[in-house]
Amino acid sequence: MSNMTFMGYRRENGRVGIRNHVLILPLDDISNAACEAVANNIKGTTVIPHAYGRLQFGADLELHFRTIIGTGANPNVAAVVVIGIEPGWTKKVVDGIAATGKPVAGFSIEQNGDINTIATASRKAKEFVHFATALQREECPISDLWVATKCGESDTTSGMSANPTVGNFIDKMNDMGATLCFGETSEITGAEAIVSSRAATPEAAEKFMKTWSAYNDFILAEKTDDLSDSQPTKGNIEGGLTTIEEKALGNVQKIGKRAKFVDVLEPAEAPAKGNGLYFMDTSSAAAECNTLQAAAGYVLHLFPTGQGNVIGNPIMPVIKITGNPRTVRTMSEHIDLDVSAILRHEMTLDQAGDALIAEAVRAANGRHTCAEALGHVEFSLTKLYRSA
Amino acid sequence: MSETHFLIHDDGDSCGVAVVETIKAGMEVVGYKMDTNEKVTMTALNDIPLGHKIALTDLAVGDTIIKYGQDMGKVVAPMKRGEHLHVHNVKTKRW
Repeated sequence: MSNMTFMGYRRENGRVGIRNHVLILPLDDISNAACEAVANNIKGTTVIPHAYGRLQFGADLELHFRTIIGTGANPNVAAVVVIGIEPGWTKKVVDGIAATGKPVAGFSIEQNGDINTIATASRKAKEFVHFATALQREECPISDLWVATKCGESDTTSGMSANPTVGNFIDKMNDMGATLCFGETSEITGAEAIVSSRAATPEAAEKFMKTWSAYNDFILAEKTDDLSDSQPTKGNIEGGLTTIEEKALGNVQKIGKRAKFVDVLEPAEAPAKGNGLYFMDTSSAAAECNTLQAAAGYVLHLFPTGQGNVIGNPIMPVIKITGNPRTVRTMSEHIDLDVSAILRHEMTLDQAGDALIAEAVRAANGRHTCAEALGHVEFSLTKLYRSA
Repeated sequence: MSETHFLIHDDGDSCGVAVVETIKAGMEVVGYKMDTNEKVTMTALNDIPLGHKIALTDLAVGDTIIKYGQDMGKVVAPMKRGEHLHVHNVKTKRW
């Protein structure tokens, strides 16, 4: 299987994308309207409105820039128009994206107004659409694929079927040299010793335990009751999950049985130690986690669900996997891969993992996932603390 | 193969997981251990919804619940083999 290939867009920096977006990217909340107007003028563009980017500082501001720049730099993006209220921070985003070598242009609204900004940015966006649509897919080795995972609306079927299906995929894709990512720091609680034991080096294990402990200490300091309505969630409990430990033990089925993680990433940090599996410090909220993973450069997402989470992402296709027969029956339009046969004792994890690899290659080649077809484009910036 | 009503992750687990939507109180139910394929049968003492857990042994307050071969919480109300095992009788040890 190691000679598997897919058809992707090889970018200027050598990374491979599986989608070909022309992004209209606001620096800040007050530039959303201008960006949406440009996207309305120029067909075939993708706009990502968001809620932040003003008066942030320190680590919170760094994370904002890392996420916005990383989103523009993602290989699923061919070219980017950036609009911000003022030129300084706008240029910082443009320069960050330009480091990839892809076409990017910035526009600022102060001293120009929305209407002039929209006109000049629209002309540039049109030029970028012509550029992007002339690009061709080429055959790429499977090792060029960067895949992230996170689970949501989990139940006990997740830990028994959909999550270990992803785990089987991770073990096999890790062997084939892909670059992979898991996260959800708070939902590791109860399985932190298992995750720590899967570090490739003592340094990675120590970094993981430090990251997990910091997050857990924050949760313990801020909690107002026993957290039993939040972790597990009401949906988790309805689905049969009783405790955070049980949820975590099911969650970590996603990292398979053999793969070791090579490093621990900051939120939205791009992996820099070669191929393999990485742990990223993320929230366990689906849109926040997926946004951070896309900003780190991952181009495809595997999202196992039990009760039926409907999440998507504006630039990174999300594949949904479930083993819950009721979810398959009631929410079939959201499910890309049905592994409920595992619960009926009719499908092995090995077969399910192979089916998921085939599904991932189809999506990488350009077939739209359910979330794409249904227009799910959730984008949520992680905010570390109050703005100045 | 007769219908599988519940599955058990690992040998030594305290509970099985219902994989059908039809378990009613008083039903004779059939389960399998996923690692060894060993068959386990018992009588369900409550209705057990899909994905919810069924106790494999009698359990007393303070006992540790094992699933995936790991500690997943503690018993806060006693239960019998075949009873529904969930938030009313088991709680996290973490918070």
